[in-house]
Amino acid sequence: MSKEHVVVIFPHPDDESFGASGTIAKYREKGVPVTYLCGTLGEMGRNMGNPVFANRETLSSYRKKELEEAAKQLDINVEYLGYRDKTLEFEPIEQVARHLQEKIEELNATLIITHYPGYAVHPDHDALGAAAVEAVKKMDSHKRPEVWMHAISNNHEAELGEPELIYDITPYWERKLAAIKAHLSQADGMMSLLNNQPEQLERLKTERFYRYSFT
Amino acid sequence: MKPISQTEVQKKIDSLANKDVYVHLETTNGAYASHFDEEAYNVGAFIRNAHVKYQHGKIVSTGGSYRVGLKLDIGWIYAEGVSDFEIDDKNRLLMAGHDREGRLMVALEISETPFSHEADPDE
Repeated sequence: MSKEHVVVIFPHPDDESFGASGTIAKYREKGVPVTYLCGTLGEMGRNMGNPVFANRETLSSYRKKELEEAAKQLDINVEYLGYRDKTLEFEPIEQVARHLQEKIEELNATLIITHYPGYAVHPDHDALGAAAVEAVKKMDSHKRPEVWMHAISNNHEAELGEPELIYDITPYWERKLAAIKAHLSQADGMMSLLNNQPEQLERLKTERFYRYSFT
Repeated sequence: MKPISQTEVQKKIDSLANKDVYVHLETTNGAYASHFDEEAYNVGAFIRNAHVKYQHGKIVSTGGSYRVGLKLDIGWIYAEGVSDFEIDDKNRLLMAGHDREGRLMVALEISETPFSHEADPDE
């Protein structure tokens, strides 16, 4: 585990910016490469820009361009896994896990950041998080990267307790905000939602992860 | 997309009648509805690439938005709340209804060629 490589595994373009871009920025500052394995193109998203500029058929190409821009802001590589938005939970988990395992091994990941299965609100988050955990479980124990899981649901702390890793990402806030705003079709809707719920906005300035224990 | 022109949409619906067409039909209130509002309840349904042939179809104004019904040999396709439309570069009829923040609530799309079904970045 000499050379670090952070691999972020989330299903939608913008999950990386909302969920982990402060932490990503911190690693990039240290010179650690970061790859985002993006599960889908977010083609079934509800936000179409405000005012509306996308439609159901053009949304994916906008979201792909937006992710490219966010990746530029964060200085990370992006690879697409090629699944379809909203359908991940219906794919055989074994198959998705094998797919992820190949990617993780190919990239020599030392740290995986993904969603906490069962506590990540969106069914795609839960499904891909579960597949990522499964993928790492299948690896030889001495080759396994660490797995950090991002929980979102309102009940997660009551049920799981405080997360082990709590990062104040205020020093990277500008970068995080720039990455979020790169997701033009999605950001307005999300930001106005968050502005109405200040505690949700405040929450974005801390990134919290649970470490998966394989023992 | 632009606000629906009932005549233009009706013309397009008529021109696609009695042909093999592909339909995308969807309604959603988002995956986060009950996350941000505990009283809310997530609902959604979609069908992509239903391969059908309709005998006739009609768009009806409700004053503000529209309903569309397509009569099949053994059933119906129905959408309520569409307000915007576009005939895109692939000659597909796209209709949708959005909330005040521009979020899609309902969509009905009709095409003579299949809609993309894989994560196709060119679509």
